[in-house]
Amino acid sequence: MKFLFDIDTWQEIYSSIRKNKIRTAITIIGVMWGIFLLVVLLGAAKGVENNFNKLFGSFATNSVFIWAQSTSKPFKGFQEGRKLTLKMSDLKSIRSEIKGLDFVVPRHQTQAVATNNFKSGTFGIYGDYPELNVVQKKDLVYGRFINENDILENKKVCVIEEEIYKQLFDKDEYPIGQYIKINNINYKLVGMYKEGSLRTGGPQGSIHIPFTTFQQVYNRGNTIGWLMITGKPEFDISQIEADVKLLLKNLHKVNPEDNRAFGSFNLGERIAQVTGFLTGMQFLTWFVGIATLIAGVFAIGNILLITVKERTKEIGIRRALGAKPWEIKRQIILESVFLTSVAGALGIIGGGLVLMLIDATMGKGHDASLTNPTVDIPVILIAFATLVFLGTLIGLIPAQRAVSIKPIEALREE
Amino acid sequence: MIKLHNLHKSYPIGKDSLHVLKGLDLHIREGEFVSIMGSSGSGKSTLLNIVGLLDTHDSGDYFLNGQRIENLNEKKAAILRNKFLGFVFQSFNLINYKNALENVALPLYYKGIGRKERQVTALQYLEKVGLKERAYHLPSELSGGEKQRVAIARALVTNPKVVLADEPTGALDSTTSHSVMELLKEINREGMTVFVITHEEDIAEETDRIVRLRDGVIISDKRVIKKAIV
Repeated sequence: MKFLFDIDTWQEIYSSIRKNKIRTAITIIGVMWGIFLLVVLLGAAKGVENNFNKLFGSFATNSVFIWAQSTSKPFKGFQEGRKLTLKMSDLKSIRSEIKGLDFVVPRHQTQAVATNNFKSGTFGIYGDYPELNVVQKKDLVYGRFINENDILENKKVCVIEEEIYKQLFDKDEYPIGQYIKINNINYKLVGMYKEGSLRTGGPQGSIHIPFTTFQQVYNRGNTIGWLMITGKPEFDISQIEADVKLLLKNLHKVNPEDNRAFGSFNLGERIAQVTGFLTGMQFLTWFVGIATLIAGVFAIGNILLITVKERTKEIGIRRALGAKPWEIKRQIILESVFLTSVAGALGIIGGGLVLMLIDATMGKGHDASLTNPTVDIPVILIAFATLVFLGTLIGLIPAQRAVSIKPIEALREE
Repeated sequence: MIKLHNLHKSYPIGKDSLHVLKGLDLHIREGEFVSIMGSSGSGKSTLLNIVGLLDTHDSGDYFLNGQRIENLNEKKAAILRNKFLGFVFQSFNLINYKNALENVALPLYYKGIGRKERQVTALQYLEKVGLKERAYHLPSELSGGEKQRVAIARALVTNPKVVLADEPTGALDSTTSHSVMELLKEINREGMTVFVITHEEDIAEETDRIVRLRDGVIISDKRVIKKAIV
């Protein structure tokens, strides 16, 4: 290893590079381009992934929505086309019989006009339990979300989305404690939240009131509009979805084969699709990056072969003076490793700069298309190590060629 | 120092082979100043290459410093070259991007000697050939004679047993040739075995012993009768 720190070793590399400035530069660009692409693509892929995570971040991703529809098959004396409704009793059965559940949150939903003094608008009204704030985290700006007490006492309180605040209140007005009127009933405003990038309240914005209040006000008795079910991370949400539906069919005396009786939307599956797409994108990135790297490394092997050919005589002289074949070889391998390392370092720096540029131009603000486009340091180190390894490997070819010529023949070369 | 017995060498040329050395017997003792004379094609370069361990012989015996040379791999040959032999070539063969000092120090590098010591030793030998002031000049900035002196310093720097000179004056004018020969003579006087290959009669005359080669055999081997120094 001593030779690594010998100035002669580096002087030789320097002089060899200096002799072929343009060719060396072009070759370095080849490798640089490879690792540059790898870094930028991986960073961009990561940015897209971060963006998706940000979108779904407020959601429990392992969740499914289930609602009741009409039967499509006759069963046990019932005719087809019977309208079904979820009941509070279903909730208990689901909780007690289905394994792997995290939360089962019943919801109600309707549309209504809400007014505050002379301002009004049509919004989505939701009857909710406090658990909603767990499975679909609300970014509260003011106040709180609905609590257990509101549910128990059927309180007339509401939590609104920022969008609604903008429509119903004056700018800089403090909304908490104020009353807004929905269907001519006054609700005390207890919280306001900022909706995430993935809006669920529809275009008109959402107002949340206690589930029990909703049942009472809108005469829904013991029914449930729809269910939001989240599974524990180690359980398969698709299985839970199937199990819950089967249980519901049983409870409501629906043909088990009837696929239309209960509707559902599996958010976990949708997200898995997106994640799968991202994984595919990352794989593609790696493939393209590494293929380009290999092409670049071959270019380095090529230039070294030419250099060795040009230096045949010099190598002959060195061998006449007592250079052992290994000493000649390692010099050329080192040259290859040096070139690939320099190219790699430049590529990584260049890639990093471009990622910074992307972050500065496209990664800022609420509707950023890429969030934090970064590449992990270990990934960089692995890529760099691969590069150096390939550099060594490719260096072996010209190195072998350098010593394959007998010194006497090399000396005769002019 | 160098002992050859019934040395044969042939080169394949297509299907045939060219028999270059046809049973040479030669014994060079330590401290001798020998020249090999011969026209081109006489086999003198082949002889030098074999003696210089740059090539291998087909049959016969070769003893260098008492050591029998056979079955050498490249690594062993390189070590022996570095240890026992110093080369001086017709075309100098200096490395053009290294200055005189670095060129002289190069064999020491392959001998595994530290950088500082290399510099000191190399400078000593440059001084010996009278080029201390030109130590940091590149070969392109030196005259032919100076280049050959640098090459001689490089050949001597490892303190070898034999200096092998292949047409050392072949690329030089007569005045420079003479001074290079004087330098070789001086080295020889200090006890170094010097082995010169030449086709020039007057160069051979300056050595102590002339071995004439023709068509791969030694045709004469005699001591030079020195003219009395007046």
